Amino acid sequence: MTASAAVVRAWQGVRWYLKEFTGEARWDDYLAHCAEHGHEPVSRREFERRRADALERNPVSRCC
Amino acid sequence: MSTTVNRSDTDGGAPAGTGRPPLKSVLVWTAVAVVGAVCWGVLAIARGETISALWLLFAALCSYAIAYRFYSRFITYKVLRADDKRATPAERLENGVDFDVTDRRVLFGHHFAAIAGAGPLVGPVLAAQMGYLPGTIWIVVGVIFAGAVQDLVVMFFSMRRNGKSLGQMIREEIGVVGGVAALIAVFAIMIIILAVLALIVVNALAESPWGVFSIGLTVPIALFMGVYLRRLRPGRVLEATGIGVALLLLAIVAGGWIEDTGLGDALTLSKEWLVLALVIYGFVASVLPVWLLLTPRDYLSTFMKVGVIVLLAISLIIARPVLQAEAVTDFAREGTGPVFAGSLFPFVFITIACGALSGFHALISSGTTPKMVAKEGQVRLIGYGGMLMESFVAVSALIAACVIDQGLYFAMNSPAGATGGTVESAATFVQGLGFDTTAESLGAASAAVQEDTLISRTGGAPALAVGLAQVFSQAFGGGGQAFWYHFAIMFEALFILTAVDAGTRVGRFMLQDTIGNVWKKFGDLSWRPGNIIASAVVVGLWGSVLYIGVTDPLGGVNQLFPLFGIANQLLAAIALTLCTVLLVKHGKLRYAWVTGIPLVWDLVITMTASWQKVFSGDPRVGYFTQAGVYRDAQDAGEVLAPAQDQGQMDQVIFNSTLNGILQALFALLTLVVAAHAAVIIVKAIRNRGLPTTEEPAVPSKLVEPAGLFATQEEKRAIAEHERLVGAGAGRTEAEEK
Repeated sequence: MTASAAVVRAWQGVRWYLKEFTGEARWDDYLAHCAEHGHEPVSRREFERRRADALERNPVSRCC
Repeated sequence: MSTTVNRSDTDGGAPAGTGRPPLKSVLVWTAVAVVGAVCWGVLAIARGETISALWLLFAALCSYAIAYRFYSRFITYKVLRADDKRATPAERLENGVDFDVTDRRVLFGHHFAAIAGAGPLVGPVLAAQMGYLPGTIWIVVGVIFAGAVQDLVVMFFSMRRNGKSLGQMIREEIGVVGGVAALIAVFAIMIIILAVLALIVVNALAESPWGVFSIGLTVPIALFMGVYLRRLRPGRVLEATGIGVALLLLAIVAGGWIEDTGLGDALTLSKEWLVLALVIYGFVASVLPVWLLLTPRDYLSTFMKVGVIVLLAISLIIARPVLQAEAVTDFAREGTGPVFAGSLFPFVFITIACGALSGFHALISSGTTPKMVAKEGQVRLIGYGGMLMESFVAVSALIAACVIDQGLYFAMNSPAGATGGTVESAATFVQGLGFDTTAESLGAASAAVQEDTLISRTGGAPALAVGLAQVFSQAFGGGGQAFWYHFAIMFEALFILTAVDAGTRVGRFMLQDTIGNVWKKFGDLSWRPGNIIASAVVVGLWGSVLYIGVTDPLGGVNQLFPLFGIANQLLAAIALTLCTVLLVKHGKLRYAWVTGIPLVWDLVITMTASWQKVFSGDPRVGYFTQAGVYRDAQDAGEVLAPAQDQGQMDQVIFNSTLNGILQALFALLTLVVAAHAAVIIVKAIRNRGLPTTEEPAVPSKLVEPAGLFATQEEKRAIAEHERLVGAGAGRTEAEEK
């Protein structure tokens, strides 16, 4: 693997991690899921709203 | 809830490679062991001469590596018998909300962000009054044999029970009495923890317009991010966080500009005003929808947290600072330290809770995280590994406190009653402790970070910020101490506040859930009046403890931090009790020592500390003796320093009595749980195990690596799986190459 390819791969890895970590990737997962099962996806606004509202009932604990 | 008898575990066993280990692996691990041993050796021998902080760092890192490689593997595969052929709750019950198969590296990040907060930063700073050695040894040994073990085992047992919470497991596996005691203990302990965390923020921000300005701005920044994510560009979290972090850095720089303006004067707030501000903030944050404030703040705080930790690790290696503290100070032997009272045993083990052993983690390791684990074996990386990482943060914080001038350290961390509050009186005070720090150098230190004063800025956060500022400016050159100091304060305050508002919300849910058992309407989380009442009760409770701490003439941190540490360690005792009960119930009596030994040690330190805080005849240590001394003086019409009038005398008497009662209550609740557990253990030993609520095994269809890196064999299995099911089905593992 050349040096530039390694840099590109590392960058892709970091991007992948950040998108997964922040939950941004969930939208892509959802689109893929809809495509696979032939559903009509809801708008991104609607999708994110549902995700945010789910958090309302599942508080994230933060420790000391 | 299902109840199944499941004592004979399915065959787990270690994954592949039970034969002779390859030569390369033997050589690598021997080298790690040798480096670690040399570092510990240097620390043990060095006396009287100054040594580099890197010895501490590498002693810790090598110990973690060996513990992870050998001990955590033993626990995961021999003791718990994690079985990667068995489906996890995330796989069985996947619903995309709480049950959700998550990549192990991502889940590691989430779990770490949830467990690591201000605790591992502040405790070690305070414990530095006993020297760098006792704290380091406890952080490293404690995490390996107690803290990380607790997190791992609780996570595993919760995972085998569909992610049940600690309280639920105690109720079902030990009994109702233990369950109720644990519930009360968890709630009470949470209130104390929130109050002490808030106290640290108040102490860091009082009379500091720069700090108040930058922290204050985090609220509008978070609100902006919330609106951005809801209305402007839904779901673009990275964009929003990027903008947020940039604004945050700008807010820190801008704090320096406003300092000498009229706005600066307006933001020079007393501790009492800050308490009021925090209480209002906590209430509002708990009632507002999470998307508006909590979620965006959490993104900011997480990115800042991880960023600063990485930055600190790099800076320590570049700057290679020298330890100014003694290995073991006289305060460790005599227990007369000004930062907190009491001798090394048991108080070093109490002061450093997070980073070595933190009961609060048991609440996170049960519930949220186990519902997202993809493969059973991954609890080793996430539970044990995550805690090792937090321990590393604690060691870094200890180093930061030990590289600053120790006269300055004591001038900052001793209560105002001891230092007198001015640079001159503080210099006299620390000279009395045996440091040659002068009034000029104390003045210069506060000027360098552009604070009015650093004297008696207790709570650990300011001292840590001074240490971080020194390390960062040494590593990157160009001075900038004031920027780095406020950067560090901002970063600590930011995630303490995140912990406070998340904690308030969790407390509110607990309260609504509990009261909901008798009054159904109150348990409805979407019922507005219920939300408001429960939020007000929770905020009111921690707010009053906070107010008591802030106005305590003896110094709130000095008085409350031991209560906080003991409470956290008692929660750990409850969690370790549950783990031990479960090991015995599962018929693994011969491995019960894995959690049994840390449990016994934890009970010894917490009960000794509780005993001393309640019954000690030394007025600096025992709360009731303290109250008695002040009461006698009051009866004789005297005013006892550091109290300045009869009102403050009343305050000391009230506070000390209250602290003593709380202390005794926590210890009793823990003993109730332990006693109830002992009965179950005896019963389980007689029956060679007992039925538990473990879910029956279901074969897993997921192919995922168990460890951080996929082994050759796992990579082959994943490729094979992809080929068989095709690209469409299952999770794509593009990252595994």
